[in-house]
Amino acid sequence: MNWDPLLITFKLAVVTTAILLVISVPLAYWMVNTKSRSKPFIETLISMPLVLPPTVLGFYFLVAFSPGNAFGNWINEWLGLKLVFSFEGLVVASIIYSLPFMVHPIQSGLSILPHSLTEASQVMGKSKWTTLFKVLLPNCKASLLTGIVLAFAHTVGEFGVVLMIGGSIPGKTKVASIAIYDEVEAMNYGAANFYAAVLFVITFCILLMVYLINGGYLKRFWK
Amino acid sequence: MIKIDIHKKLKAYDSEMNLRIKCKIKKGELVTLYGESGAGKTSTLRILAGLLKPDKGEITINEVSWVDTANKIFIAPQKRNIGYVFQDYALFPNMSVLENLEFASNKGQNKKVIAELIEMMELGDLQNRKPQTLSGGQQQRVALARALVCKPNILLLDEPLAALDYKIRLKLQDYITRIHNEYALTTILISHDIGEIMKLSGRVLVLDQGKIVRQGIPGEIFSNEKISGKFKFIGEILKIEPQDVVLIVSVLIQNNVVKVIADKSEIQSLNVGDKVMVASKAFNPILYKIE
Repeated sequence: MNWDPLLITFKLAVVTTAILLVISVPLAYWMVNTKSRSKPFIETLISMPLVLPPTVLGFYFLVAFSPGNAFGNWINEWLGLKLVFSFEGLVVASIIYSLPFMVHPIQSGLSILPHSLTEASQVMGKSKWTTLFKVLLPNCKASLLTGIVLAFAHTVGEFGVVLMIGGSIPGKTKVASIAIYDEVEAMNYGAANFYAAVLFVITFCILLMVYLINGGYLKRFWK
Repeated sequence: MIKIDIHKKLKAYDSEMNLRIKCKIKKGELVTLYGESGAGKTSTLRILAGLLKPDKGEITINEVSWVDTANKIFIAPQKRNIGYVFQDYALFPNMSVLENLEFASNKGQNKKVIAELIEMMELGDLQNRKPQTLSGGQQQRVALARALVCKPNILLLDEPLAALDYKIRLKLQDYITRIHNEYALTTILISHDIGEIMKLSGRVLVLDQGKIVRQGIPGEIFSNEKISGKFKFIGEILKIEPQDVVLIVSVLIQNNVVKVIADKSEIQSLNVGDKVMVASKAFNPILYKIE
């Protein structure tokens, strides 16, 4: 059995989720607090991957990152990154593709906290960052966890975008979801079943963990 | 000495209101802002704390300028060192009582003040509990203690006792008086409760439509000086009901309902919900010992 597609899938999901967490916390905080007129536009852009067919995103990534045009060339020359048909490309595409799944829960978690918490911290002389990390984020742990897990699970489950931008190169960009498709095409139902079952069980366990933790079942059990 | 002279356009509910506050508050005073909802009391407090920026004006604290729109001075709330007790207390749910107090202290500050406040506000048994497990009165004590950790000179209290029942309120009023005196604070309180204002504050500013319409000693503001009664209470009319030739007016005085007989001419200008003073002139009340 070839474990590569599964390893690539989870490596991609871990890297994507980690980077997304770093990006999404400040972004969600900005969205909750801004009075800027650009907010509806930014919100729309973040939410676009929810409704756009993944192939549309994949197609535009492919066009944008292609070394044949100015932007792709610039990234290639200045950052030394080749984003088409490479793991790095998968990561960048997955970050954008899963962005709403991380930003939305954090944003809603932050927005339901009473504003007086922020103000109380300010009056005590605390900076915005101290307030965010010591007061606000610890009080929306459930939303953070939901965001992390949804982004992770969504990255594990993506297909169209990774196929377009990654090109299904074995051992490099061929993730489990694509491997399943390839094996079915080749009538290797046994191999397809193996990948599918592993994904099914792992995603089930991850989601179950979230509901158990956020529902407080584990705490009750431990007590 | 606090000098306030500010102007701000506020969108209050469905209409716009011009908040125009000009007043001086002496060091060590305990002043109450009194007025209807939407009169601009909380906004005034928030402007003082720096949580709201005035459109125009100045705020000077002991000759130091906190706000001066003409010279583009605006000191951030972080730098003002004030104590602020929010209406909803704003205790941090992720921290225990002790952690809430510790969070409020400045870097390198002596932790002795925290121990002192815990002792003074009688929070010893509660210090490891999370705020959501505390009663309203206990939360209020934590909020008061937390506001004092950074040793502020000015304490702002936004209707701190409104959500509490009568008995606990009386107790907390004592706490407020005590900390006000002990820490030599200048305190500004928002309150709707006339009894509370009479008990706590030395001066009351009555706000209406964003302006200070009256100010003075609470006793003078809330009672009619022309009545020379020795026996007077302030309450709110709950019910006016006719009975035979007279009317029975039920008045809520603190937490007691008192029935007063009135004739038609007396109640002409009175409606249910009005604040009234129940007074009597020549009269010798009898005192019964109850405990």
